[in-house]
Amino acid sequence: MSKKDRMSGNEATAYAIRQVNPDVMPAFPITPSTEIPQMVSTYIANGEMDTEFIPVESEHSSMSAAVGAEAAGARSMTATSSCGLAFMWEELLVAASNRLPLVLTLVNRTLSGPININCDHSDSMGARDTGWIQIYAENNQEAYDNFIQAFPIAEDTRVHLPVMVCQDGFITSHAVENITIEEDADVKDFVGEYHPEEFLLNPGKPVAVGPYAVSNYSMEAKYNQEQAMIRSKEVILEVAEKFRKRFGRGFGLFEQYRTEDADFIMLIMGSAAGTAKEAADRLRERGMKAGVLKLRVFRPFPAEEIADALRGCRAVAIMDRCESFNGHGGPLSSEVNAALYLNGADVVSVSYVYGLAGRDFTVETAEGIFNELRDASESGKKLTQYRYVGLRTRKGQ
Amino acid sequence: MAGYNLKEVMSKPERLAAGHRMCAGCGATIGIRAVLRALHEGDRAVIGNATGCLEVSSFMYPYTAWEDSYIHNAFENAGATLSGVETAYRALKKRGRLPEDENFKFITFGGDGGTYDIGFQSLSGAMERGHDMVYVCYDNGAYMNTGIQRSSATPQFADTTTTPVGKESHGKVQTRKDLSAIIAEHHVPYVAQTTFTKDFKDIHVKSEKAIYTEGAAFLNVLAPCPRGWRYETSEVMKICHLAVETCYWPLFEVEHGNWRLTYEPKRKLPIEDFLREQGRFKHLFKPGGEELIEAFQAEVDKRWEDLLYRCSR
Repeated sequence: MSKKDRMSGNEATAYAIRQVNPDVMPAFPITPSTEIPQMVSTYIANGEMDTEFIPVESEHSSMSAAVGAEAAGARSMTATSSCGLAFMWEELLVAASNRLPLVLTLVNRTLSGPININCDHSDSMGARDTGWIQIYAENNQEAYDNFIQAFPIAEDTRVHLPVMVCQDGFITSHAVENITIEEDADVKDFVGEYHPEEFLLNPGKPVAVGPYAVSNYSMEAKYNQEQAMIRSKEVILEVAEKFRKRFGRGFGLFEQYRTEDADFIMLIMGSAAGTAKEAADRLRERGMKAGVLKLRVFRPFPAEEIADALRGCRAVAIMDRCESFNGHGGPLSSEVNAALYLNGADVVSVSYVYGLAGRDFTVETAEGIFNELRDASESGKKLTQYRYVGLRTRKGQ
Repeated sequence: MAGYNLKEVMSKPERLAAGHRMCAGCGATIGIRAVLRALHEGDRAVIGNATGCLEVSSFMYPYTAWEDSYIHNAFENAGATLSGVETAYRALKKRGRLPEDENFKFITFGGDGGTYDIGFQSLSGAMERGHDMVYVCYDNGAYMNTGIQRSSATPQFADTTTTPVGKESHGKVQTRKDLSAIIAEHHVPYVAQTTFTKDFKDIHVKSEKAIYTEGAAFLNVLAPCPRGWRYETSEVMKICHLAVETCYWPLFEVEHGNWRLTYEPKRKLPIEDFLREQGRFKHLFKPGGEELIEAFQAEVDKRWEDLLYRCSR
């Protein structure tokens, strides 16, 4: 029987980790994900789980040790945020190219500098091309549900890629919300046991991991990795469907909120989707056909599916909680615009940057964006691309 | 070890197979094969390896020279990587996913670049946490894989590609970092400095102790590099012998905090005997080099005295 509780996103994640009870978890503290290794350590200290926790001396070592443990045949995971993710950068690529089904629970926080502990997506967006599957949560419930689905996706033999489960720092990780949690036995059964085919500790069947590969071989390794990323889409959908049938929650690559007949759609990821939905509801009361496309899976990028979902609307606001410093928009904007163009979806799009380093994103701001889209659409005036919302004005605020 | 028999030890099956691409006269592979011979037959091992000559020459896809399971991860994280492997072993044993009677040992190799320098933090962390593993540094005193750049293990006055000898330069300015002592100060159960001389007994005995002492252990193995040190490939044993006899590379061990000299030369040879054999010190034997040799000798003497003091307590 599932039950209701109140938990923060970090608590929900730690609770799910206890239920999965992975073999090995190296971790190093960094705000705002610190609570996760703390809570796991407490569960272990109290005999509520028996994962081998490695209190490493850095994030580079947490991912290095996770790579070693996973290659050795142990189901392994770690947790981090921000500069911690940046520090383990090299290892993210090693984990993916060695086809290790690791799980990383990432509590999104901006990257320095200035040093700041609050949420944006610059950490995970920076790691978007490291070969990891990336799944984002809007709220505590999704942080919990996505974590439980991560191992079955990663370990599927069609995939064999690491999975990054992302939630927004403080907004999700520290805010306490109502949540439905499942029985330990149900979660364990859903996740299943881990039996890798080849691993370092396989007695009598030694393997070598992490070769030097000359140009004659390296390119095929990359190609095969990309093929696995392409295949992972169907596995993510299968696991989501299995989860929905069993626990009655969730969706696949993205959530469509009131988009069926929408003229104006906001495409957004993470906790701000809740704010966007509230704005859409209010505007619908005032007669605007507003909707929200909340992206759950950023890697693999569901390009065709997004183009199909947006086809037919009059304008879309693409919301980046991350700067790309490329002079023409954030990473989500680049991907979505390419998807629209390549799939022949003739939709007006405007790229917005919002919420950097924890800047508030309010319902009013979201409404303002929808109104801008409508005004431009009605007047036929072209909107300036690549706009910042929520910036301080010269006169203060 | 009373029962040491060179012939017997050398007749054990090789765990680093022939056919790897390391240079002729390379000290690293001699040292590594010696370490691996200390593994008891029947015991399995997982070998770790920092990026370096050894890695790129022994595991070039699709070929591996390693008879045991092997993992190379990156340059600076051999300590952390093997600590993950060792922890996985404990987790799988605890959970009954490995047969009770299967014994695995964990040994990782890194050059001085991967150990003294870029991998120092990862090594220190793994030692402090006390994983049941051996970290073996094959110290050839420079970044040889990238083409002989100085490291913190490079001796003073050595001619390297980032400390080249020139009109304004006598080679490396600084003296060596004493990594064996630094790791000993981690208070791990076993630390030893060794190399291969004579009948290989010193390296064999220390390797066996390192592998079969519970907890973290560290071996620092002097491993000459013919390219970087510039000696005739056939002279590698002689170079190691002179390193020990001049007290440039003293043989000692620190077992549970007790420092012990494992070999004391009957007559300490002058450091010139060691330096003269190597092209990287050629400039010290030109006019004006006497003072530099004197300084080198003074540093060797000071460190030797320090070591004798530590071993006498």
